[in-house]
Amino acid sequence: MLQVQGLQVSFTVYTQGLRQRRLTVITDLDVTVRAGEVVAIVGASGSGKSLLAHAILGILPHNAELGGSISFQGKPLTQARKEALRGRAIALIPQTVAALDPLMPVGEQVRLAALRGGVPAAGAREVVAASFARYGLAPEAARLHPFQVSGGMARRVLVSTAVVGQARLLIADEPTPGLHPEVVTETLGHLRELADGGKAVLMITHDIEAALRVADTVAVFYAGTTVEQAPARDFAGGGEALRHPYTRALWRALPSQGFVPLPGAQPAPDALPPGCLFADRCPLVTAACRVARPPARELRGGTVRCIHA
Amino acid sequence: MLKGEGLGVRYGKQLPWLFQDLEVALEPGEMVGLTAPSGRGKTTLARVLAGYLRPTAGIVTIDGRPPPTTGYHPVQLIAQHPELAVNPRWRIGRVLAEGVPPAPAVLDALQIDRGWLQRWPHELSGGELQRIAVARALNPQTRYLMADEMTAMLDAATQAQIWHAVTVYAAAHRIGVLVISHDASLISRLCRRVEVLPEPPAICTAAQMDAEPGLRGGH
Repeated sequence: MLQVQGLQVSFTVYTQGLRQRRLTVITDLDVTVRAGEVVAIVGASGSGKSLLAHAILGILPHNAELGGSISFQGKPLTQARKEALRGRAIALIPQTVAALDPLMPVGEQVRLAALRGGVPAAGAREVVAASFARYGLAPEAARLHPFQVSGGMARRVLVSTAVVGQARLLIADEPTPGLHPEVVTETLGHLRELADGGKAVLMITHDIEAALRVADTVAVFYAGTTVEQAPARDFAGGGEALRHPYTRALWRALPSQGFVPLPGAQPAPDALPPGCLFADRCPLVTAACRVARPPARELRGGTVRCIHA
Repeated sequence: MLKGEGLGVRYGKQLPWLFQDLEVALEPGEMVGLTAPSGRGKTTLARVLAGYLRPTAGIVTIDGRPPPTTGYHPVQLIAQHPELAVNPRWRIGRVLAEGVPPAPAVLDALQIDRGWLQRWPHELSGGELQRIAVARALNPQTRYLMADEMTAMLDAATQAQIWHAVTVYAAAHRIGVLVISHDASLISRLCRRVEVLPEPPAICTAAQMDAEPGLRGGH
């Protein structure tokens, strides 16, 4: 459904006065999402998770430049095609209630999303009502404004706006933080169900535990690069089945695992090392790691960018 | 000891109590977990203890005396979103020096790159900025720390790193820490004692809470 290969995103920034500089924030990002599958993208903030979503939807700022390739349903996803498809074949489940129009009743917002998603105007009201019923929202809730709904209800409204149309690919941006565990479970359940219904779901999150509860595949981002794509089942035990040292460190840092801190910090976009981006923090680092960026390669049913894996 | 006695908050005379008759005590050097579903007033309680909000009823004391109303507050609050806790028009170095400049050892423990000090807040990632917010609070004048979902937005590696630094500093300097989180495994890693905020008084039903989302915290 969606294939991202070697994606690069760079920004032209002003450093001082009129002096410009190109800042590459994403280098070599790969991810593949198939129909019927939930792919979770995990990584630290600043690893490029949200920029990937923006790149797919074609909403990067105008000083951004794209490299590499993104294809959707087998055809290249050009800017024109992104604009035509977003809100229709590709829909976003935003992170917060702030994405809703504060002055419009939520039912109306779901109806507009349905119209954009290709639902005929005549039947739109019924479709909205069915969507509300599906997500356990009372019919009266349609008349509420965003500030009048609780956090859990807001999440259901946001899911409704994304799925009420005919979207084939859903992108969920940080769907879980700060939510009560029951609401988290419910939201994750919705994503799983959408995938089981034949849609492709891309879930962007920093929460590995949430990701593992629904994802088939986990793509791990670090400093703008996909360091590993692994089947979710590989996150088990001491992380022996995992391929990249960063993935293993993330796994072992979980409070439910070892709570082992990982020393150091992710390199800044303007100070990326020439070799492996994780070299400065890696327990396995050797001189060869610092020479060139390791290419992605297939390994045990996943991919990895590490010469020692 | 940081104490809250008979604490109660409601956001209006006609509105139901968020919590009432709450007794809280935090010893120096102690890490206590606080958990409850959204809307019970966890964040509100942290704001009351840190002096951001005057409770509707009850009193907060430190070693039997009310906390100072001017100058540096000995109870520091660290919130979930660091980007809202720093002045966006100050460089990081100035943000860090706003209260008591943190010791170099603190910056090292939190793995703060000295290059960040020249940057603007929007040039740091959430995890980097939260380290700055934590460093700002880890100084000799801080006696208690209210960690309100302090690492909920961060990846596991950064979360473990920040908590490791805070735990070591708090133990060495006898700082009491209130750990507010939805994450049961995080709390059980850090705290021996866990408190659960009680359900609001019966008069305040779930339906009323839904009709008055202003009462709900946490989102």
